[in-house]
Amino acid sequence: MDGPRHLVVVGGGMVAQRLVEALRDRDTAGTWRITVLAEEPRRPYDRVALTSFFAGRTPDDLALGDAALWDDPLVTLVRGDAVTAVDRQARTVTAASGRTYPYDHLVLATGSYAWVPPMEGADLPGVFVYRTLDDVAALRGYVTRLQEDRAHPVRGVVLGGGLLGLEAAGALDALGARATVLQVDTHLMSAQVDLGGGEALRRLINRIGIGVRTQAMTTRVHEHRRGGVGRVELADGTRLDADVVVVAAGVRPRDELARAAGLAVGPRGGVVVDDTCVSEDPDVSAVGEVACIQGACIGLVAPGYTMAEITADRLLGGSATFPGADTATKLKLAGVDVASFGDAFARTPGALEIVWADPVAGVYKKLVLSDDARTLLGGVLVGDASAYASLRPMLGRELPGDPSAFLLPEGTGGAPDLELPDDAGVCSCNNVSAGAIRHAVTEEGCHDLGAVKGCTRAGTSCGSCLPLVKKLMATELEKLGVTVSTALCEHFALSRAQLYDAVRVAGARTFTEVVERFGTRAAGRGCDICKPAVASILATTAPGHVLDGERAALQDTNDHVMANLQKDGSYSVVPRIPGGEVTPEGLIAIGEVAKDFGLYTKITGGQRIDMFGARIDQLPLIWQRLVDAGFESGHAYGKSLRTVKSCVGSTWCRFGVQDSVALAVLLELRYRGLRSPHKIKLGVSGCARECAEARGKDVGVIATDKGWNVYVGGNGGFTPRHARLLAEDLDTEALIRTIDRFLLYYVRTADRLQRTAPWIEEVEGGLDGVRAVVMDDALGICGDLDAQMAQHVEEYEDEWRATLDDPEKLRRFASFVNAPEVPDPSLAYVPERGQARPATPDERAAAATGAPVLVAGSTLEVRS
Amino acid sequence: MTTLDTDTTLDAAVPAPTWLAVCRLDDLARERGVAALVPDGPHGRLEQVALFRLVDDRVLAVQQHDPFSDAYVLARGIVGSRAVDGAEVPTVASPMYKQVFDLRTGVCLDAAGKQPVVGHGPDLRTWGVRVVDGTVEVAASTGGAS
Ligand SMILES: Cc1cc2nc3c(=O)[nH]c(=O)nc-3n(C[C@H](O)[C@H](O)[C@H](O)COP(=O)(O)OP(=O)(O)OC[C@H]3O[C@@H](n4cnc5c(N)ncnc54)[C@H](O)[C@@H]3O)c2cc1C
Ligand code: SF4
Ligand code: FES
Repeated sequence: MDGPRHLVVVGGGMVAQRLVEALRDRDTAGTWRITVLAEEPRRPYDRVALTSFFAGRTPDDLALGDAALWDDPLVTLVRGDAVTAVDRQARTVTAASGRTYPYDHLVLATGSYAWVPPMEGADLPGVFVYRTLDDVAALRGYVTRLQEDRAHPVRGVVLGGGLLGLEAAGALDALGARATVLQVDTHLMSAQVDLGGGEALRRLINRIGIGVRTQAMTTRVHEHRRGGVGRVELADGTRLDADVVVVAAGVRPRDELARAAGLAVGPRGGVVVDDTCVSEDPDVSAVGEVACIQGACIGLVAPGYTMAEITADRLLGGSATFPGADTATKLKLAGVDVASFGDAFARTPGALEIVWADPVAGVYKKLVLSDDARTLLGGVLVGDASAYASLRPMLGRELPGDPSAFLLPEGTGGAPDLELPDDAGVCSCNNVSAGAIRHAVTEEGCHDLGAVKGCTRAGTSCGSCLPLVKKLMATELEKLGVTVSTALCEHFALSRAQLYDAVRVAGARTFTEVVERFGTRAAGRGCDICKPAVASILATTAPGHVLDGERAALQDTNDHVMANLQKDGSYSVVPRIPGGEVTPEGLIAIGEVAKDFGLYTKITGGQRIDMFGARIDQLPLIWQRLVDAGFESGHAYGKSLRTVKSCVGSTWCRFGVQDSVALAVLLELRYRGLRSPHKIKLGVSGCARECAEARGKDVGVIATDKGWNVYVGGNGGFTPRHARLLAEDLDTEALIRTIDRFLLYYVRTADRLQRTAPWIEEVEGGLDGVRAVVMDDALGICGDLDAQMAQHVEEYEDEWRATLDDPEKLRRFASFVNAPEVPDPSLAYVPERGQARPATPDERAAAATGAPVLVAGSTLEVRS
Repeated sequence: MTTLDTDTTLDAAVPAPTWLAVCRLDDLARERGVAALVPDGPHGRLEQVALFRLVDDRVLAVQQHDPFSDAYVLARGIVGSRAVDGAEVPTVASPMYKQVFDLRTGVCLDAAGKQPVVGHGPDLRTWGVRVVDGTVEVAASTGGAS
């Protein structure tokens, strides 16, 4: 045959995306070209994460995989054009636009539609389903509009108490609506958990403010007199007020094309396919939710991905077959931990159940075991699903030790460490085995979570496997001799976050107190790891000058002399230039200082000026001049706020929509001096053109016509990251409150020298977790964080000014204790491009032998 | 600009006294170092010495030169301790590349994966120190050869 064969994929959903990705990945010879015909007007997106759209994510954040896939010349994506007919004889499909596409092989990946139970009023405005981005966008718009119109809080009713219904209820709740879940069955999530688990779940759901009615069948939706939904009526005659109704009562396969084309469908719908995903027509496959495989359609993404991989393999002549579906599930609802896996209902003959319940704490856990109580068959975890990630891969395997140990609360010495076999699946979304993760760590040099995720794709979809991925990685690293203990150092067995809490709660104020109470040895005097860490912790728990008392001994030389040590033992000096805005007088003052002290000057990436080559004994002289000229410490030396970079913004720029410079100055003056686990950088852009490169910062703010969007977790450096959206369209007050909390939450819980990007990856719940904490106060700590930031702002003082005012502190800057006037004789400089630079060892050696090398010693002339 | 003179000497040749007073104990902050110039050898060549006052007011002295970075900075390192064979050993960490040295012996306890610069060993030279009536004195020309 000439040229590549043509694969037509109907549907541009999650499974279609995976199929194209897998095929393009493996079909290096280019034997197939692919056309994807998608009804939705956008590229495939992460439907599983749809609910996060309510938490401020944009459609872009839901993008799946590498966008470059769609630029591949062998891939064509036709958006917004649904296929209306398949002609199997002619081997063509026809789309709504009227276009016809011939195929060599056809894949149906049309997914499901939300099923709406028959009831009167189902077509009223205000009744929504929950399946696509357009659905949730419309729901969000409707609720927001109602909130503006109505005096009372918006009341939302969700029909369906399964995974999807609970997620939708959580979304309504997040929108500020009062949500009630109506479940037809006897208990919530009846497809996954048993009655006991359902009851525990109900309590948890109630606790987060969502109402639940079970055995509640909705028969009718009544219209409000002002139009739209007004109330719902149940089969028993009860009527409930409702302004909005979300139907999450189940899904049905979109098999209409297949039916019309005469292909066999399953008893409950779905295109019947064999274990190779091929239908009765060898030229037509079906994958994902529309496929009826091994007798059933499966409403989860992981089996769909498996089908995509099998189809890609088969198209290239492989022999993969469907191994059976892993139907393990975990509810994605902040504050409600539910998971079920395997034979959760103990339907296997002879199966034993062990149950552990703590009704007060709202915890219910059950393991289903084989008749000899050894092999794990399934389980239900409600209220505390921490064991889920490690138990799920053990399905069908023998559990070591006493199985009940896995049910005890974490930290009671319970669960023994599981040594997973290499072939055990760890990430079911992406079909990654324990062996693949180990391989990534040992053979491919992935030594942090980000690298392992990037390399294996594990944990990049629903994220529920991340704790296990992390654990496996840590174990492998330990075997490699890479230390992964969270202990700070030999002097503290606690991690930085733990030590922070301990110090804060105990109110300790000095290193001696901290080491005596929390150290491994009371006589230990710390080291270059824990001392600066304790100094940084004390800086926000018990603020004081860096050189006060015992605190001075904890500082790195940079913090100790408030300048940056350079390779030859001299220092560099950076005055603060808030927002990068500086007057001509300021520039001249800096220039004169640099000239008078013979300093090398360079503009930094943070929009300020760095002056190099200052001797320790010159620092107070230099700073006296700078302080007199109105400058203050720039904290370029500290693990603390560095700069807030800004573009020129709406005051000058033709495109600007907000005053980015004013905001940057305000933020820089607010957070200046804030000590943190690592340096923090901020950026503010005056419009979406993003000239300040704010998304490359730990906190990036971008102006919109309604306010500010705030992004977090960006950085440049060794592993550059783009910041991700935390919240949208905030007014300035809400923006500042959000950044206050974000920064302090980071300061409290990050590891030593962990920047915000990896921190967000590892902190409980990831970005969504951070959002829940700082936007919705999920941990109830926001009051505390706000007070802590208020104190920081209140008590800030310029470290350099305070030092210049204190002769005791100034004594630390002597070059030699017995010759304070003698400069360090080892320093030597040569001129280059009109400025000084440190002499190289060769130049020094030459000078020592009297060779005519132009070298300026430390006795550089100083004009005074 | 002048030409570098690495062999800086005091104008008047100092007769090498055994104990040279360098400062008062009160001039030293606990668990921080200072640098001092101490004449060394028959020509009174000045050595840079790093003095450290420990928490128990002992004062120890090692060379100020950091053999791993070739800069004179060790007095600016963080003072701490390490458990070595059950004993709490006082240490200083180089502020440049974080090598850790035993302050009593000068022995490099942790090279942090680096090699000293050419012409230098990893360990530090030490000086004897005593405190007499609140004055810190350094044994000026004793100690091993550098
Ligand atoms: C809110 C929500 C949360 C979820 N959470 C989870 C979870 O935590 N874990 C989990 O495993 N699964 C979850 N799921 C289910 C998961 O999203 C699906 O299993 C997965 O998307 C199925 O992929 P698919 O490609 O088969 O179908 P879809 O992703 O639905 O894609 C099908 C696409 O085909 C298009 N299409 C249909 N007919 C035509 C036609 N005739 N012509 C052109 N295009 C057509 C549709 O418009 C759609 O875009 C969730 C689903 C939702 C809605
Ligand atoms: S980001 Fe917008 S406002 Fe700022 S300089 Fe660029 S175009 Fe102008
Ligand atoms: S199991 Fe869903 S991302 Fe790994």
